[in-house]
Amino acid sequence: MLFPVLNPHRQRLWHFHGGVHLPDEKTLSNGAPSVAAPLPKRLTVPLQQHIGAPADPCVAVGDHVRKGQMLAKPQGYVSAPVHAPSSGTVVAIEHRRVPHPSGLSAPCVVIETDGEDAWAELPAPLPDFEQRDPSELRERIRQSGIVGMGGASFPSSVKLNPGPDQPIATLVINGAECEPYITCDDLLMRERAADIVDGIRVMLHILGTKRCLVGIEDNKPEAIVAMRQAARQGDPAGRISVVEIPTLYPSGGEKQLIKILTGKEVPSHGIPAQIGIVCQNVGTACAVADAVLRGRPLVERLVTVTGRAVAEPRNYRVRIGTSAAELIAASGGFVGEPEKLVVGGPMMGFSVDTDALPITKAANCLLALTAAESPDPGEPQACIRCGRCAEVCPANLLPQQLYWHARSKDLDKVQDYNLFDCIECGCCAHVCPSHIPLVQYYRYAKTESWAREREKRAAEHARERHAAREARLERLERERKAKLRKKKEPVAAAGGADAKQAAIKAARERAAQKRTAPDGASAHSATPAAAKGNGADKTATAGASAVGSPSAEPRRPGGHAASSSPAEQAAASNPPPTPPQQEGPRASAGNA
Amino acid sequence: MQSGFISSPHSARINRVDWVMLQVCLALVPGTAALVWFFGWGVLINMALATVFAVAAEAAVVKLRGRPVLPAIRDYSAVVTALLFALTVPPTIPWWLTLLGIVFAIVIVKQLYGGLGYNPFNPAMAGYVFLLISYPVAMTSWLPPHVPELLQAHDLSTLSFLDSVRLIFTGALPPEHTWDAITAATPLDEMRTRLDQGMTIDQIRAASPLWGVFGGRGWEWVASGFLLGGLYMIWKRVITWHIPAAFLGGLLLTAGAFWVLEPSTHPFPAFHLFSGAAILGAFFIATDPVTACTTRRGQLVYGLLIGALVFVIRTWGGYPDAVAFSVLLMNIAAPTIDHYTQPRVFGQRKRV
Ligand code: SF4
Ligand code: SF4
Repeated sequence: MLFPVLNPHRQRLWHFHGGVHLPDEKTLSNGAPSVAAPLPKRLTVPLQQHIGAPADPCVAVGDHVRKGQMLAKPQGYVSAPVHAPSSGTVVAIEHRRVPHPSGLSAPCVVIETDGEDAWAELPAPLPDFEQRDPSELRERIRQSGIVGMGGASFPSSVKLNPGPDQPIATLVINGAECEPYITCDDLLMRERAADIVDGIRVMLHILGTKRCLVGIEDNKPEAIVAMRQAARQGDPAGRISVVEIPTLYPSGGEKQLIKILTGKEVPSHGIPAQIGIVCQNVGTACAVADAVLRGRPLVERLVTVTGRAVAEPRNYRVRIGTSAAELIAASGGFVGEPEKLVVGGPMMGFSVDTDALPITKAANCLLALTAAESPDPGEPQACIRCGRCAEVCPANLLPQQLYWHARSKDLDKVQDYNLFDCIECGCCAHVCPSHIPLVQYYRYAKTESWAREREKRAAEHARERHAAREARLERLERERKAKLRKKKEPVAAAGGADAKQAAIKAARERAAQKRTAPDGASAHSATPAAAKGNGADKTATAGASAVGSPSAEPRRPGGHAASSSPAEQAAASNPPPTPPQQEGPRASAGNA
Repeated sequence: MQSGFISSPHSARINRVDWVMLQVCLALVPGTAALVWFFGWGVLINMALATVFAVAAEAAVVKLRGRPVLPAIRDYSAVVTALLFALTVPPTIPWWLTLLGIVFAIVIVKQLYGGLGYNPFNPAMAGYVFLLISYPVAMTSWLPPHVPELLQAHDLSTLSFLDSVRLIFTGALPPEHTWDAITAATPLDEMRTRLDQGMTIDQIRAASPLWGVFGGRGWEWVASGFLLGGLYMIWKRVITWHIPAAFLGGLLLTAGAFWVLEPSTHPFPAFHLFSGAAILGAFFIATDPVTACTTRRGQLVYGLLIGALVFVIRTWGGYPDAVAFSVLLMNIAAPTIDHYTQPRVFGQRKRV
């Protein structure tokens, strides 16, 4: 699959397997320039708008906050802070519905805006970024809460830190925007091309990279012109090439775009840095410029409100946390009853059952579809094995086999067919003549696989804990018994000595009796004493040969532990033995 | 507002099974027209009968299995099976043979395995082979093509519409006719018989006006009609080129190799293409997605092997035409071929 094509700018391009041509529907919303969405009365800012650990709130209910002030700190390396999108008062920190495929609620900071929209004191702009250390810039980007704005929402500072042993030869900037309907990146490139180029320059500096390829689908000619001009002016060194790529869904997929522009394939289960590439969205580049050159954290983004079920589709500059309902109201509301409200694009977005949801950093589009645009696919029919799905799959998978195995819940088989290489682009479901909701099956199989993996780990963990606990209990019991015995030892030893002496005496007596005359009474009195001594020893050192030397006894448990399972050892080295009652909840919390 | 949680994509689907099946039916038109032109109304009557039987059988079984009947019938897959079956059987077979073959195809081969998508064997071909083995005489009595000088030369006659109806429903021949007067060997049969008698290709071709440019007269037109339909399906993306091209390539290659070695006892390779069910098989039967290979490379292997098998069975096997047997044999092998021809996944190294 390596046949090159030459486009008019003589930039060599590559093909990826499959893909589908979709009606792009972009003219619905890209005709007018973007406008600022009205300042809402309330902003609901989710604490987790990124992949990784949720941010930790650092404001309290009742606090007055200013625009750009940090509301929650990042927790851990893969995390991002969130900032106040406007000034006002924190009225609640609680669970609210967030845009999520499963209708999840998550912790949010709710701000009642004061209408001033007053900025907090911002960190100093760094116009001399080229003289600064990359780690300082990365920290700025991290503290500005920048995450991947193409939808993946992975913290950008992490992506911009591939590590010293991973030299990055190429920075790929994703301006493909291959999903139908969405035009926010298109508008951003037209309106803020210079800022995007500045952001690219910052990232090139951070990565120590000399080359940047900006991939833009050829259905966005204005954006291409604007970006080319900005690149010429903003980066006279000519490191940035703006590349026009053919419109083909999903060319904006990270792996697909990298393949188109460089001919290289990101390894399966791998990341682009492994092949010397970092890929960022144009929106991210713009946010980086804002953070580094203006000191502004990420508090707003461009959102496309579109679909034929809204009156006036267009793009808005939206404060994070603005309710989707307000954006739709700003667009003249719904036209009739929308068939579906989708967050994201028609191919990969998820439908939601309410518009009372906040806009997050990753939300690029609100799509209200009419029944004509998103007709009910009807009851799925049997797979006729026509192979169309495989023809269009950009990951070159066999979606049909994946489907069979996902359906029969054969999670091993489904992974043999590389389920986890599926990017959920929806091409397969789009062309399937049997209207099988293929992607749904893959998501299900992925979730099940993760759950199984977790369960397996939990079970292993539990088994280890159980074994450790058993071992610990056994050890404690042994120690207790050993202590007990130690206390008794003088007695037992005395008894033992007595018994021996008694036995010897008895034997002598018996011998004497044999020689002289029988006298059973003394022999009888001696035997129980001997038996008693033996019995006490047996219970103390279960299984140990009856009468060892008393001084060797206490060492036995220790010697035993040395040859025991690692779990037991771990348990043994766990200084405070946890009471068994606490183990259950602890174990499950650790795995949650 | 309320809307359900339905997984992406939310776009309109661009294909539908019934649409695909109807395209197949449409693509059958030119070949069918040629068949009717040269072999009479029996073809159409069989097609109609088979369709009725197939839909009824499908409905009955689906109902018995407690599944919704309408969706199963609306996908038109039973209709396609019926049409393909009717196009391969002789236009003279009695109605009950059609019934038997269709019931076998739909009930046993298709539905007992779980219905559309689950059957490992091509139902139409399984039904055809079932009849061929059980009723070899009825299944090999073909009519002569409607070519005047051929009819005169062999003193043959053709059947009118009413004759065909009567023959199919009552088994009665028109009073003035005998079986010998209305039936003729197919070109493939004729070729085999004469070759077995020790004649050379040139002698055989000179002996009868049965022969056209490549295959038998009339038959060439039928094959061309199906070829046209096949190309239409490729154009409409109902099928891809892989299986038909590999099938015909496999047949041509093997036939060509033997023709080069022994041109006196092996007909020109194109003869194989334009005789019997080769073209119909390549475009309409071997491409049945349910029973074919699904990987691209697998489809090439699958087609090539079917083509080669057709030549082998036609040349040395016990049956005159071989498409049905070859397809069924390769149906068995399809899952294995698929297994060994999985594509290289994006970002993965070549796998064996
Ligand atoms: S496109 Fe649909 S019907 Fe065709 S093979 Fe794939 S899953 Fe089966
Ligand atoms: S959703 Fe997955 S299986 Fe389907 S086409 Fe996309 S990558 Fe392939």
